[in-house]
Amino acid sequence: MFKIKLKLCSCLILVFMAGCTQAPKPSNKILLWHWMTDRNDTFLKLAQQYQKETGIQVTVELFAPSDSYSQKIIAAAQASVLPDIYGILDKKTIASDFIQAGFVADLTGDMQANGEAWENSLFDKALADKRFDTNNTYGVKAGIYGVPIDVSNEQMIYNKKLLSKAGIKTPPLTFDEFIKDAQALRRVGVTPFVSGWGELWLLDCFASNYAFNIMGEEKVFDTFRGKVKYTDPDWIKVLNVFVELRDKGVLIDGIVTKGNKYSEQDFALERAAFAFNGSWCVNVYHDMNPDLDYGVIPPPPISTAYPLKIWGSAGSTFVVNAASPNKDKAIAFLKWLTAAQQQAVLARETNNLPSNKEALSTISPILGEFAKGMDQSTHPNMWPLNEDPSVSEVFDRGIQAIIIGEKTPEQVAQEVQIIKDRQMAKGN
Amino acid sequence: MNTKSKISGLLKDNIENFLFVLPAFAIFCVFYIYPFTNMIYISFQDWIGIGPMHFVGLQNYKELMGDKLWWDSIWHAGYITLFALCFQNPLAFALALACDREIRLKRFYRVVFFIAPVLSEVVVGLIWNWILNPETQNGQHIGLLNHFLYASGFPQLVHDWLGDPKTALTTIAIVNSWKGFGWGFIILLAGLQTIDKQLYEAAKIDGAGAWKTFTNVTIPMMLPVILVVMILTILGCMQVFVLILTLVNEGLVNHTDVPVTRIFSAMQNTNRFGYACAEAVVFGIILVSISFLTKKLSDKAKQA
Amino acid sequence: MKTNRYFLWGMAKSTLIHIFLMTVALTCLFPLFWMIRCAFMTNATVFVDQSLIPHHLNFGNFAIAWTKGNFAVFFLNSVIYTVSVVTGIVFISSLAAYSFSRLKFPGKNIIFYMFVGAMMIPLPGSFVALFVLMTKLHLINTRFGYILCMINVGLSMSILIFKTFFDKMPHELEDAARIDGCGKFGIWWNMAMPFARPAIAVIVIFNSLNVWNEYILSTLLLGDSNLMPLQRGLVVFQGANSTDYPVLMAGLTMAAIPIIMVYLFMQKHIVKGLSSGEVLG
Repeated sequence: MFKIKLKLCSCLILVFMAGCTQAPKPSNKILLWHWMTDRNDTFLKLAQQYQKETGIQVTVELFAPSDSYSQKIIAAAQASVLPDIYGILDKKTIASDFIQAGFVADLTGDMQANGEAWENSLFDKALADKRFDTNNTYGVKAGIYGVPIDVSNEQMIYNKKLLSKAGIKTPPLTFDEFIKDAQALRRVGVTPFVSGWGELWLLDCFASNYAFNIMGEEKVFDTFRGKVKYTDPDWIKVLNVFVELRDKGVLIDGIVTKGNKYSEQDFALERAAFAFNGSWCVNVYHDMNPDLDYGVIPPPPISTAYPLKIWGSAGSTFVVNAASPNKDKAIAFLKWLTAAQQQAVLARETNNLPSNKEALSTISPILGEFAKGMDQSTHPNMWPLNEDPSVSEVFDRGIQAIIIGEKTPEQVAQEVQIIKDRQMAKGN
Repeated sequence: MNTKSKISGLLKDNIENFLFVLPAFAIFCVFYIYPFTNMIYISFQDWIGIGPMHFVGLQNYKELMGDKLWWDSIWHAGYITLFALCFQNPLAFALALACDREIRLKRFYRVVFFIAPVLSEVVVGLIWNWILNPETQNGQHIGLLNHFLYASGFPQLVHDWLGDPKTALTTIAIVNSWKGFGWGFIILLAGLQTIDKQLYEAAKIDGAGAWKTFTNVTIPMMLPVILVVMILTILGCMQVFVLILTLVNEGLVNHTDVPVTRIFSAMQNTNRFGYACAEAVVFGIILVSISFLTKKLSDKAKQA
Repeated sequence: MKTNRYFLWGMAKSTLIHIFLMTVALTCLFPLFWMIRCAFMTNATVFVDQSLIPHHLNFGNFAIAWTKGNFAVFFLNSVIYTVSVVTGIVFISSLAAYSFSRLKFPGKNIIFYMFVGAMMIPLPGSFVALFVLMTKLHLINTRFGYILCMINVGLSMSILIFKTFFDKMPHELEDAARIDGCGKFGIWWNMAMPFARPAIAVIVIFNSLNVWNEYILSTLLLGDSNLMPLQRGLVVFQGANSTDYPVLMAGLTMAAIPIIMVYLFMQKHIVKGLSSGEVLG
């Protein structure tokens, strides 16, 4: 019996050793990990093309969905086995931690070489995603740390056919017009508005757009700093936007449990006249309903005091592993990937806005409408500071509670302020 | 001489017996014990997943004790579990009883009832979202359930099942039970088939009717099996997670939160690994206690 | 006359039972049917066409799913993982369970309760520790590492089921084997395992299903796409934003077939073996 055990053990050890992998050496190969399922085919094609042109082999590996990807990146960082090129999907504070831990290469030098050639070819707002200004609150040395490969923004989309069915000739330019349009739509039996507000970030985006419109960005930042309270009348006004939307019957049923995928389905199948979604929706609508006739507008402002700014920035950004022996080759590849020609390929095949300014002329008309909004866009990644995520969570949940009629804006504001006070006391 | 060889014989015996367990124990230590101790270690820290950890002692646990959302989530999972225990398991038992007899199509039913657990979460999510959809288009109800209710003359029952705090959790519990009864069915059917036929015949000879046979023969013989099914149901339902995501996405405000969604929210949304690990430890303790209680109760029932 | 009434009552009862069973069966069959139906449609029609059987049968989706999803490689991987993990679990957990049930050594009960406790204490935050550990052991991105990890996932429940079975094994069988000259290992191999055939069947089914549907750990621990299991192939159709539903349904249908076949094959053993008078539990 013991002999059998011994044989089993030695077999196990042999198999164990056979399963060992070897440590990576600098070579003509670079490894890229990404999460963008839609673009995997295009990336593979471009990688092949790059190999033909330069002889460098780019291995593209896909890990989806994005939650699993984030986990893998964090785990790989802990084990110091990050690939040459990867993405950091989390908030800017996490990105700053990656940079300080030495996992992200500083690309400022490459970006600003040759009279800032690379930097100027890309949209400023796209670069802002992984750019840190001087004296930033994250404690990171100022510079550009990531390469945006596309741009996206979130705006309102309207179905031209359904609007004309309700007798609406032009899309609304103010919030009041929007409410009136919604009521006209209800009268002809059309649901006015759909959005994936089961996903808190999208709800937060919509609320933030109106917060900037009502009180201006400085006051919003001051609230994050703790200088202004959430019980301030301006914040109540922001929350009242949702009361208005609820009371005037604008929102589709079940909006607070609706994932964005389902809201895209709804709009594509013409179940609602307006939607709030990101520019990637062009790809989705095209697949589901190629005949869909729609246009793009920013969310109609409720106030004339401050401009309404939509959220727009890099859709996806790649960073280079600072500890990689193939750093320079990786940077060269990313430069190639964001050149106008490759950007045009990506834009054409995946229906996403390019990050290269030159490639803008190659995009479809509907994407062009999305692109127009980039001028009045902002993004949490560009702000001097962001709200504590524990506070944002309570804020967003509070909006959901308002929408289902469970709480009033005043109640929500008080609850949020309590959490804010607690977090500020912690020294966060 | 004798005692020495006895002791060395005993030692050799113990080592031999332990060797049986060694492969399992070795794998277990590497893949569970180590991450487990690591998790307990992290639960005493403040950590965002990368960078340095800050030791905070019992602060995470203190905060957890006062976290209303956490304890609500435990109650929500408990509600789903209770629902399953009250409806899913009796249903599985009834189906198993029905299939126990020599009826036609027995094999057909045995296969069909196991399809629900085999189905991918994606399909389950899509189907149920369609059934429970509250919207209307051109006057028609899109959701199958609402459509059926409206068409069969109950328009007042048409409802936003997942969007109303009063009905959301129950709806989720129903879907969860639908998905889970297949496991219980298999195990209960297997258990039923092992009850000695002679016991049934003896009961018949004694003049016992169907109900008396059921209570005096079937139930006592099935008690151990019922216990296993109960514990597996409790453990499975308390840890429900993917189903919640597919039905209500990030949740209906906080009414559909369950412990695992809270843990993931702490990890992904607020990047508080230490707090998430503390939640996991407390959750584990609760589950162990529930299982322990269930076993004690069933031991008492066995003696009765 | 009395027998006639008895006969009618029996008929009515069995009809009612059949109606009950059929209703539940239909609720289970409906999603399966819907999944297969969608596999024959196109993205433009999949949600619009409400008919039970689609007007135009689009057979291409299965081929697309197979090639675009690189099914051949992923399918093979899934089979490798499922077979190795299930075999590994059956041997390793039955050995351990036999020892817990029939043999003695110091610390036996503590270790057993550790296994049982592991079923109840989830480890959601453990992926970082697991990843680092696997990297240090050079098991990251290897089949062997993933297999070991998946064996661990199924160990606790399998040990519990085996132990309850072995506990019920009559001592006479053991004594008979000992008289025949079997050592402990021999008793396990020749007596205990055949006796526990229904338990083996249950464990094979449970663990096959778990490994076949597993996704999260494979994404975490494996890097090369040619090591990935089937679920990874299906992910390709669930774009970050755009989902190709018909192709996805075709892929899901193809993925469901092997596991249903495993169940069909194994479920015979559960009932057959158990009928020799043992109770699971």
